[in-house]
Amino acid sequence: MQQFEFSDISRILTPILARHGGDASRLLQVLLEVQDVCHFIPSKAIDLIAAHFGVPRVNVEGVVGFYSFLSTHPVGEYRLLFSGNITDQMLGKDELMQYLCNKLWVEPGKVSEDGLVSIASTSCTGMCDQGPAALINGWPLTKLDHNRLDLIAELIRSRKPVADWPAMLFEVADNIHRGDVLLGQPSEPGAAIRATLARGAKETLAEVDKSNLRGRGGAGFKTASKWSFCHAAIAEEEGGIICDVGGHPERFIVCNADEGEPGTFKDRVLLNSYADLVFEGMTVGARVVGASKGFLYLRGEYRYLLQQLEAVLKRRREAGLLGENILGQTDFSFDIEIHLGAGAYICGEESALIESLEGKRGRPRNRPPFPVTYGYKGRPTVVDNVETFACAAKIAEKGGAWFAAIGTAQSTGTKLISVSGDVARPGIYEYPFGVTVSQILDDCGAEGRSYAVQVSGPSGTTISWKEFERKIAFEDLPTAGALMVFRRKRDLFQAAQNFADFFAHESCGFCTPCRVGTELQKKIMSKIASGYGTASDLEELKRLGHILKTMSHCGLGSSAANPVLDILEKFPDMVESKLKAFAFKPAFDLDGALATARTITGRDDDWAHL
Amino acid sequence: MSKTITIDGLAVPFQEGQTIMDAALVSGVYIPHLCHNPEFKPHGSCKLCTVNVNGRNVASCTMPAVEGQQVLSDIAELNADRLALTQMLFVEGNHLCPACEKTGNCQLQAVAYYLGMMSPHYNHFYPQREADASHPDVMLDRNRCIYCELCVRASREVDGKNVFGLSGRGIKTLLVVNSASGLLGDTDLAVTDKAAHVCPTGAILIKRHGYAVPIGQRVFDHITIKEVQTGGSDE
Ligand SMILES: Cc1cc2nc3c(=O)[nH]c(=O)nc-3n(C[C@H](O)[C@H](O)[C@H](O)COP(=O)(O)O)c2cc1C
Ligand code: SF4
Ligand code: SF4
Ligand code: FES
Ligand code: FES
Repeated sequence: MQQFEFSDISRILTPILARHGGDASRLLQVLLEVQDVCHFIPSKAIDLIAAHFGVPRVNVEGVVGFYSFLSTHPVGEYRLLFSGNITDQMLGKDELMQYLCNKLWVEPGKVSEDGLVSIASTSCTGMCDQGPAALINGWPLTKLDHNRLDLIAELIRSRKPVADWPAMLFEVADNIHRGDVLLGQPSEPGAAIRATLARGAKETLAEVDKSNLRGRGGAGFKTASKWSFCHAAIAEEEGGIICDVGGHPERFIVCNADEGEPGTFKDRVLLNSYADLVFEGMTVGARVVGASKGFLYLRGEYRYLLQQLEAVLKRRREAGLLGENILGQTDFSFDIEIHLGAGAYICGEESALIESLEGKRGRPRNRPPFPVTYGYKGRPTVVDNVETFACAAKIAEKGGAWFAAIGTAQSTGTKLISVSGDVARPGIYEYPFGVTVSQILDDCGAEGRSYAVQVSGPSGTTISWKEFERKIAFEDLPTAGALMVFRRKRDLFQAAQNFADFFAHESCGFCTPCRVGTELQKKIMSKIASGYGTASDLEELKRLGHILKTMSHCGLGSSAANPVLDILEKFPDMVESKLKAFAFKPAFDLDGALATARTITGRDDDWAHL
Repeated sequence: MSKTITIDGLAVPFQEGQTIMDAALVSGVYIPHLCHNPEFKPHGSCKLCTVNVNGRNVASCTMPAVEGQQVLSDIAELNADRLALTQMLFVEGNHLCPACEKTGNCQLQAVAYYLGMMSPHYNHFYPQREADASHPDVMLDRNRCIYCELCVRASREVDGKNVFGLSGRGIKTLLVVNSASGLLGDTDLAVTDKAAHVCPTGAILIKRHGYAVPIGQRVFDHITIKEVQTGGSDE
């Protein structure tokens, strides 16, 4: 294990702190870099960082403890995190992880004795179309199999720096199988901004309104309304006019690229190959609401995209599409800063995201006030999904009527669907809204007869084969974009359990129903999975579901019971077949209580069990 | 001219800027709550104060009162859900009331009485949490912490210190203190600080005051939490 002396730590920290400056909103970014260098955040570093930003030590410690990718104890010099989504699991993740652990003589979740390597699970890394996937020191590994793991084990044993590993291990494909107006029709960089400037900000807002664009992050809020609320907030404050252009310094445009919903990876593809379109949409938004500063909140799992995204921003600045006096317009300045997340699904929730942008624990705020009036640093802030901004750019370029003609009346335009699971061609499919699930299943080559589909990830809806004629649309099956397919004979209970574990792991812990309720749900699901479940546990799950749905502080808690309630309702056989035959509930698991004794004595024979 | 909302059919006046909880407390209407303390900015974490407003559940301690709101609070369904939340708070920590100095003065225990809690219902988590006796005058026992952050708020807002904070996430949330050693004794907490006296449970206790008031003569041994917190009488 590496030891750090105080002088080492201050030597490591000095350049990092100098680069980030003194604003406490940079705290999380600094911690990510320290974690990179030291493989944990040493206590002395917490002191120095707290002093540097002038914040209490206890706050820094709170931030370190909140994010999965930061730790107060050393992780391995090589830290392997296997993506734990159900799609990875179906592709053999559990066995592969154990295989690598055996090869490297390390227990899952622990650090090897020499401090060289640690192997653990993490929430979905957004590579479901090319899993099983993992992260090695933050870099994505795809399509893992025994051969690749043999190679990886060898590279680790020979202590080869990750930067020198064969590029083939890190290949990430876009896997676009169907493109439509977003993916299929290229736009000239700058086209949407030119159209906006020519038309006027107010008129562009009118076009976005006419397009009936609704947010692609899941909730489906009308984008034009959000943008005009942000305006109204400013207008109210200043007694000013709506659409007063001129780059008021203190309102913000935030692009939500947290993409944490398991099974969703379309924002990854947009950012990899259509970043100009996304930044263009943000710039259009900035012109409309009069923002001069924007943020891209990029999930930590997508850190590998950071460099190329910075390069796109640089190119756009050079082309006059970003920065001071955009396209020569003296009253229009706007720039974008990229901010990294650090492994926390909750930071996709817009108010938690803002907290995280401010360098804090990602805890959802109390609402009202909403971000459009009280957002980043208390200023009016628009938070929109990556795909929403891409759509907005297209609308600015081609007009609202053009967009409104696509899709259905209530759900205009197209939707990117991330397809994974039991299909021949996992990847990205862009469809006009209103497409049926069965159409998508045909197009992606769903193996044999599909049995169930998880729409919009764990927080969405499980549908059975009886519902495949339902449509992807806000009025029928709303979705943030994930579509995970399960063929016949798949253990759907395992999927529901995986999702229950996910929510318990990702609960921010702020409110009682979600903090304790998700953990209780996880425990009951695990009890059923290990054959100790009874009928009363099913009632308990329904009761918990009610409490989670109706008492939680934010959308994480209120949707955390969805997959469990759905499987109980739609596939009761799948659950009941796991129950103990008798109806009484053992209050105390005698055999379980002996587990510690078994570990201590190293026994697991028949006589060590009841 | 004052505006009104109705709570369980009763007209309750409020002033602009007040929350539903504020309005209720002023009028002597009791809505169960744990993380709320009228001396501090609303927090909204325990969710015991959840009420139904025009068909939707909201936390009454953070929701602004708005003219004409129809609030349902003292109804069977909500009380059952509040009971479940209280049971959750009990099982996620280690609450051994008979052996706890706070017994009888504890708001968690008193709310449990009020809601008719007869058993913890859920299996206990039996978490491993640390107690900290390093401070000369104040005892910190994390086994009894419900993460209401009243100590955090009091230290920051009233004492002008930052002695307490939360770390961890989800069920691994953890109360931490502002010292490199992690010990309360190494922080600048003084026994006179507000933060040392706001804990609704027995997680923060003042040393050498144990059993000064005998069991049986403590606040909630005689009157309900409803009476104490609304200053009214329990009909
Ligand atoms: C737990 C949780 C996680 C979320 N994660 C994301 C996310 O990763 N990306 C996203 O765009 N929206 C996410 N959202 C929705 C955002 O809160 C917000 O509604 C969205 O960013 C608004 O953008 P839109 O109007 O363009 O959809 C999440 C919401 C919740 C409750
Ligand atoms: S803190 Fe309250 S509820 Fe917990 S053990 Fe003490 S008296 Fe009981
Ligand atoms: S120690 Fe007491 S006041 Fe502080 S968070 Fe825990 S329960 Fe609340
Ligand atoms: S909102 Fe995070 S735990 Fe409930
Ligand atoms: S009192 Fe309102 S949430 Fe705790």
